[in-house]
Amino acid sequence: MFVRGLKRKCFDGEEDIEGTLAGIKAIPSYNLQRQSLLDMSLVKLQLCHMLVEPNLCRSVLIANTVRQIQEEMTQDGTWQMINTQSTGQASLDRLVSTDILCRSSREQAEGKHVPGYSTFNKDFEGDQERESSETMSTASSVQGPRNLQSNVWEMENPQENKGTFQKSLDQIFETLENKSPNSVEDLFSEVDNSYYDLDTMLTGMMSNTKMGHCDGLETFSSTTTTPSNSNCKSDLNELDHIVEILVES
Amino acid sequence: LAGFGNLMQDVLWCFSQVKGTVDIGVTEADIISTVEFNHTGELLATGDKGGRVVIFQREQESKNQPHRRGEYNVYSTFQSHEPEFDYLKSLEIEEKINKIRWLPQQNAAYFLLSTNDKTVKLWKVSERDKRPEGYNLKDEDGRLRDPSMITVLRVPVLRPMDLMVEATPRRVFANAHTYHINSISVNSDYETYMSADDLRINLWNFEITNQSFNIVDIKPANMEELTEVITAAEFHPHHCNTFVYSSSKGTIRLCDMRTSALCDRHAKFFEEPEDPSNRSFFSEIISSISDVKFSHSGRYIMTRDYLTVKVWDLNMENRPIETYQVHDYLRSKLCSLYENDCIFDKFECVWNGSDSVIMTGSYNNFFRMFDRNTKRDVTLEASRENSKPRAILKPRKVCVGGKRRKDEISVDSLDFSKKILHTAWHPSENIIAVAATNNLYIFQDKVN
Repeated sequence: MFVRGLKRKCFDGEEDIEGTLAGIKAIPSYNLQRQSLLDMSLVKLQLCHMLVEPNLCRSVLIANTVRQIQEEMTQDGTWQMINTQSTGQASLDRLVSTDILCRSSREQAEGKHVPGYSTFNKDFEGDQERESSETMSTASSVQGPRNLQSNVWEMENPQENKGTFQKSLDQIFETLENKSPNSVEDLFSEVDNSYYDLDTMLTGMMSNTKMGHCDGLETFSSTTTTPSNSNCKSDLNELDHIVEILVES
Repeated sequence: LAGFGNLMQDVLWCFSQVKGTVDIGVTEADIISTVEFNHTGELLATGDKGGRVVIFQREQESKNQPHRRGEYNVYSTFQSHEPEFDYLKSLEIEEKINKIRWLPQQNAAYFLLSTNDKTVKLWKVSERDKRPEGYNLKDEDGRLRDPSMITVLRVPVLRPMDLMVEATPRRVFANAHTYHINSISVNSDYETYMSADDLRINLWNFEITNQSFNIVDIKPANMEELTEVITAAEFHPHHCNTFVYSSSKGTIRLCDMRTSALCDRHAKFFEEPEDPSNRSFFSEIISSISDVKFSHSGRYIMTRDYLTVKVWDLNMENRPIETYQVHDYLRSKLCSLYENDCIFDKFECVWNGSDSVIMTGSYNNFFRMFDRNTKRDVTLEASRENSKPRAILKPRKVCVGGKRRKDEISVDSLDFSKKILHTAWHPSENIIAVAATNNLYIFQDKVN
């Protein structure tokens, strides 16, 4: 959880940037940040939820956010671009800062040219579902557009100089590299799917609570279940073991 | 009553009590998950993540110490829910108490409803101060006597004993919810109550545990089409046929149970039009309503979303009549708050007894009060540092960039792990209970 004194991972807000220019390597564009938000959302939806049923409200809100991003990317053609530029599996070892996304659309229009927002339209559902199954699988392979855009960065508005790359989810992403996400439809195709919750995993790691019941996790692959209660406490070794199981499955 | 209905500028809030340990490492089971006064304010109940309910009772005010208002002391503690394992889904059912609701008192005993994600229980809390003595067939320890040794018959008599408070589960309302229960609400007829989960709302009769009526069902035929869930629900305080429920899309529906058995068609639909200039990818998430509460008068409803509290007039559906900013300085931090999941925190909100002041929690153990008449607001903090008896709480201020004054705290220094999600206001006095993780703070207005 958010520990007091822990350095913030995502660069937010307007701060004095003069001191930070020297260390900045690249300027994250709006598209990049939007992609980053999409990646983050997909990770939140897919990470293993250890034992307790996931929070449906949270899952629905994240899925709706993913749909919004997809729809906007479809509208401005970025979605197609990712499709054609994808060069295979990529490492998700970076999430760019997404401070632009925190600004309202009005602020963005003033500062930088960005594609306009559209209100979510039911008409898009059909197109979206058709496209998302083929395009969702590339959502995790984002190295393509990133490489492309590394040249684009220099052309970006110099006011975008600020921003830091966050690596808070590095370890998680590396283990999930080879896992291809299902389409959004599949996420809700069965109510009883076990959703994957980044937050619970991280919380469980740090607070050492109920998650990681080794017995309980075996049930994902086997049909017999053994009740295991709070006697089973997780530790990091078990967590690594658990993540290995997920990646291989 | 002193302090009742006062304008907020006249009210000085003082520390009264704090319950819970000061340990650095908090046991997760001790985290308070719900707080509720009963209808007279004599009792204050808390539920925690470990499935326990603790009830505090206000002691009688002493004439010798008029400056000390009645304090709340532990009255009863019991384990309401235990963790369960759903074998079909291979999932654990948490014992965390999501909500407690009191029934109005009708006899010497107290009744409350407590619920976890799946099961609602009706608990009876009663006092026992007499004990029968002089049984014929067993001795004082309870051991059976040899019947052949009994030569004399006597009538057992009741003798006084030390006061004992016992809690017994009188009803268990189970197996009616596929999804997680977020709300329970006792109807004004005192015969029925409702329980709401993410997609359905059920109506129960207190006497019947093997049946409930489904009155709202928003589950789509195809779960892939699910885009909205129920987040909270409450009965009207006076009209037993009326209730409201809120959604993750920031809407509130008022339903009348007289129109049809299944209240899928609302009688009223409350939604504020979106401000297109403020739209971002997080707009929907922050519009999701985490709590809805009728005013005591029944004329208004109050809703809490991530950044604001809104008051709606039941007669006006197209926009709220009042909007209060709880912590607007977080608007530029939404991305970080999305990443660390804080954006999904569900804050509750409460009315004071006269519906003139509303209160809700924030981060860094701050909580906010808004006076609806004067439009003034105040930020207070629940912390051990301000825990001297009758110490007046000093208003806090968050500085949003630029120069930070001496007593202000900057947004970046806020502790997001210290969140005030649950608060309660005494039904008729200026006494509030604030749950800060595993501690329960009780504040009162200053008595002169």
